[in-house]
Order: sequence, then C-alpha cells, then structure tokens
Amino acid sequence: MAHVVAGHGTFAAGIVSAVQQITGRGDRFVAVSNEGQGGAELEERLARVVDDAGAVVVFTDLPAGSCSLAARRLQRRVPGLLLVTGVNLPLLLDVAMAEAGDPAEVVRAALERGRQAMQATPPLAVTGG
Amino acid sequence: MPVLLHRIDDRLIHGQVVVGWGQPLSLRYIVLVDDEVAASEWEQELYRMAVPPEMSVRFLSVGEAAEALPALEARPEPGIVLVADVGTMQRLVDARPGAITAVNVGGVHHAAGRTARLRYVFLTPAEEAGLRAMAARGVVVSAQDVPGARPVPLEELLTSSAEV
Repeated sequence: MAHVVAGHGTFAAGIVSAVQQITGRGDRFVAVSNEGQGGAELEERLARVVDDAGAVVVFTDLPAGSCSLAARRLQRRVPGLLLVTGVNLPLLLDVAMAEAGDPAEVVRAALERGRQAMQATPPLAVTGG
Repeated sequence: MPVLLHRIDDRLIHGQVVVGWGQPLSLRYIVLVDDEVAASEWEQELYRMAVPPEMSVRFLSVGEAAEALPALEARPEPGIVLVADVGTMQRLVDARPGAITAVNVGGVHHAAGRTARLRYVFLTPAEEAGLRAMAARGVVVSAQDVPGARPVPLEELLTSSAEV
C-alpha cells in the first residue's frame, strides 16, 4: 500500500524525492501532478492511482487547488478515503516513518508534527486583533 | 468596480483563480455560473470549501447570471465571473449583449475532439466557432492562464498548436 501525494507543478514529485533522500521510504508515496489537466480528467487519474496503490490517504498542497477538489469528489466513490491538504515535508516524513497502523491515527500524529514544524526564528511577537 | 475578469476555466475555483488572480486583483467575490452546480448542493459545498475567507461566492444558473450582471457591475468591490466551458460563456454573452466586454480563456483541457492550441487550451471546432461568435459581438477574447503570462489574442490562439 502506498499513499498518494498530489499537487501543482512538480510539487508532489519534489516532496516525495525529499522523503526518499531523507528516509529511503519515498516508495511509500505515489506523486501526481495536476499540470495540464481539467477537473474531470484529474479526478479519473487520481481514481486510477488510488486504486492501483490501494491508497487510503491523499495528500495535497493547496486546500483550494484542483487536486483537493478532485480528491473530495473521489471521496464520494471511495469510502474511507482520507484527504489531507496543506501537506509539508515534516508531516510527510512522519507518515513515512510511521509503522503500519490505523491511517487516521498516523495522520493525526503527522498533522501535529507538520503544524509544529512551521516556526519563525527569532519567534515573532503575537499581534493583537 | 466592474467585474474584473470573465473567465472560462474547466477547473472553476482552484489555485490559479483564488491565489494567482485573486490576490493581485484583490478579488472579493466569485460568481460561479453553471447550471449543474447551481442545481447541486453537494457541488456548491465542494467549491465553497475552496474559497478563501476574504472572498464570497455565489452559484448562479446562466439565466440567473444574465439577470444579475448589471447589479454585479455596480458592486463596490472587485470580483470574477467563472464558467467551466465556452458554451456557457457564449450563452451569457448572448443573453446580455454588451454587458461582457472581455473574456479570459483560462483553462479548457484535453478531451476527445479537441485540438491542442496552448498548453492549457484545447478546443473543438464548435468551441472555436463559439469564441469567434463572441468576438464578432465585440467581446475581446484572449487566453491567459495567470496574470504574469502574456495574453494570447483570439486569432493567434486559433492558429496556434501546442505539443501535447
């Protein structure tokens, strides 16, 4: 079983290559680009990739992107399919390193890791409002 | 503030629209014109999820949109009218002659019967005729996927061929 990473340009291939470089586990992910594809075409492509990979999680870059919309449409046809938007490298690394288990639990922990990884140095003062 | 963009894009609301155009043009609303989406709560919910917090969205049928066009032009904030295909834009142009002065071809992707004109524009002969008909009504038709790209005028678009 592999997960699917889908995004704009070469985002997905790039982030998967980074996972491979760091962990050697890049083969746990299949990369999909939305480049040059309409909505329906992208949904069908995603459906094939999810089916072939036996994927239960689709990671996408932009919540408002066509990959996320295609994945949402696919969720109607594939019960249990989980969509995670706004993926970053620390999140994906956490998924790569997780042992097999409940995908929802794996994703829950990885989301936490991914959010914590976004930091400014030095820390920025909290503004009011 | 007039509607800044009348766009044909088969992905409707997506990254290029909300970020690529939305941020530099400070777009505050999207009017999504599509008979199918206007009739489906589920489809609307899907697209609503993709709308950033600074923008609002309305879902209209072609008939409703034709009625609403003058009111849209009178709104104080800038917005965009989005349709998925050439035929829908043509119906809108025909329903309100003169109300739409420019059409942006932003994404019409590969499908059976379509010829590759640009990396992001594939057209059937009927769709080409549709774009020509809009131009004949005085509408400035050009293809442009993102603001930083060069707008490709209709005549150049229809004589271009892209490697697929």
